[in-house]
Amino acid sequence: MAKTVLDFEKPIAELEKKIAEMRAVMQDLQIGDEIAALEKRIEELRRSVYANLTRWQKVQIARHPDRPYTLDYIPRVFTDFIEMHGDRHYADDKAIVGGFAQLEGRTVMVIGHQKGRDTKSNLYRNFGMPNPEGYRKALRLMETAAKFHKPVITLIDTPGAYPGLEAEERGQAEAIARNLFVMSQLPTPIIVAIIGEGASGGALGIGVGDRILMMEYTWYSVIAPESCSSILWRSWDFKEQAAEALRLTAPDLLEQGIIDRIIPEPPGGAHRDHDEAARILKSVLVEELEALVRIKPDQLVKQRIKKFAAMGTVEE
Amino acid sequence: MSWFKREKKITTPAEGKREIPDGSWLKCEACGEIVHVKQMQAASYTCTHCGASFRIGSSEYLSLLLDKGSFSERDRKMRSTDPLRFVDTKRYADRIKTTIEKTGLYDAVRTGMGKIDGRTVSIAVMDFAFIGGSMGSVVGEKIARAIDRALKHRCPLIIVSMSGGARMMEGAYSLMQMAKTSARLTLLHAAGIPYISIMLDPTTGGVTASYAMLGDINIAEPRALIGFAGPRVIRQTIGHDLPEGFQRAEFLLEKGFVDMVVPRREMRKTVSQLLKLLAE
Repeated sequence: MAKTVLDFEKPIAELEKKIAEMRAVMQDLQIGDEIAALEKRIEELRRSVYANLTRWQKVQIARHPDRPYTLDYIPRVFTDFIEMHGDRHYADDKAIVGGFAQLEGRTVMVIGHQKGRDTKSNLYRNFGMPNPEGYRKALRLMETAAKFHKPVITLIDTPGAYPGLEAEERGQAEAIARNLFVMSQLPTPIIVAIIGEGASGGALGIGVGDRILMMEYTWYSVIAPESCSSILWRSWDFKEQAAEALRLTAPDLLEQGIIDRIIPEPPGGAHRDHDEAARILKSVLVEELEALVRIKPDQLVKQRIKKFAAMGTVEE
Repeated sequence: MSWFKREKKITTPAEGKREIPDGSWLKCEACGEIVHVKQMQAASYTCTHCGASFRIGSSEYLSLLLDKGSFSERDRKMRSTDPLRFVDTKRYADRIKTTIEKTGLYDAVRTGMGKIDGRTVSIAVMDFAFIGGSMGSVVGEKIARAIDRALKHRCPLIIVSMSGGARMMEGAYSLMQMAKTSARLTLLHAAGIPYISIMLDPTTGGVTASYAMLGDINIAEPRALIGFAGPRVIRQTIGHDLPEGFQRAEFLLEKGFVDMVVPRREMRKTVSQLLKLLAE
């Protein structure tokens, strides 16, 4: 059972608690039927709650503290992962991890944002907010992958690039810009999957690719709803409205033609079942990669530039 | 001296301040001196006392940089479609409409072809007066087309940036303009065509984190604020005040992110010299 319960998950959690209590006394009484009925009710409740989530609620699921992160997916999706470290210029950023691994027997470079799960690990991972060296490490790994003709898979989950003093000193903007530039021309397949939060430039900094995928309960936009609320409404209280206005969920982005595909999550969200979430992610990645490796690198690059060129609408 | 203190600093609203009225006096925000508008204009819109740059519009900057009468504008009336039907305290569609009426601009960048000392360039100049110079689909598309024209005419590209970043009201579309413009710049790079990026006060967010930082030559105006995150956000994050000169042009020069800091009065001459060096 999930440790953290979001507001709208409460009725489900209450029923689950009831079942657990009943199970405890089950030895003495014959209440198996009652439990089965309750379980059925949970299933229905979960389905109806999750079918009617607001955009803000989806943002909350994307941030769920029990949600699987990059290092939870890697051992479940890939084999033979060897983590590589450092940008060769300044440091090793713990908010972005990466290294070679195999996906169904094919060597790939997997790179992703990494959040922590408690205070200590969150400080270590800087809450998944990379500094410039994180983007430069990612770039180095991508160039290494391209050199050996290995595809790149990136997993996005960040509340944003770190807005710190040193980050500016070391060129946060330049680091992100450079990644956009080089990723556009990287002569190897790139698959991007948003697995949690896709906040602005911090997400896009490892987000240029041939196929852009989003898990069902994730968000991806130019700004987080809270920040948008604080700027446009001049108050932090309009995050729900901001989330609605930004249209930042997976179905929204599919409709906008920005992503290619939504990766379904297990009932009740990826945080309910890490193994099942990873199994679905893996099956989609395998299928997408299978198609991409057939395309010649120069053709891939051409298509990639064209893909991003088509994003946006104007009136002439 | 007085025993009562003003609790808050007097803050003047930013609206209306950007327009420079004719035939009057202005206070320079850098040195506090009062300068005459005509003299300031004659000094390339800089303070006649300290040389600080006044914030000016795209038309003024185009006239400073280009040979007289050489500018031929493209896609002037390209405008936003409000793809998300975005509403905050007001409708984005209304915001666009009133901004167009107020500024005479259709979006936050003007693009076209021009000449600098006789040399043809493809040019884009952003304008802060249009929703803080923010980048949405229109800015992205116009920048992309300016790059295409540089490719087609095999002439240098000049982008003058002045922007608060990506435009929130176009959501993920705005974010994708960063990828779109950066991807397009790779074509220029491959073709061996020069790109000069000029950064004015302020250049922040998604514009800095895409084309503004990707010039073969990056130039900044003195004291221009250039960065990824805005100073307010950084102050909130780190919980204390920022050092003097942080994120200013001179700071970026020191940290290695711009090639040079060039006063506005010398900008045209410097760009012209660079174009000469690259062409001959």
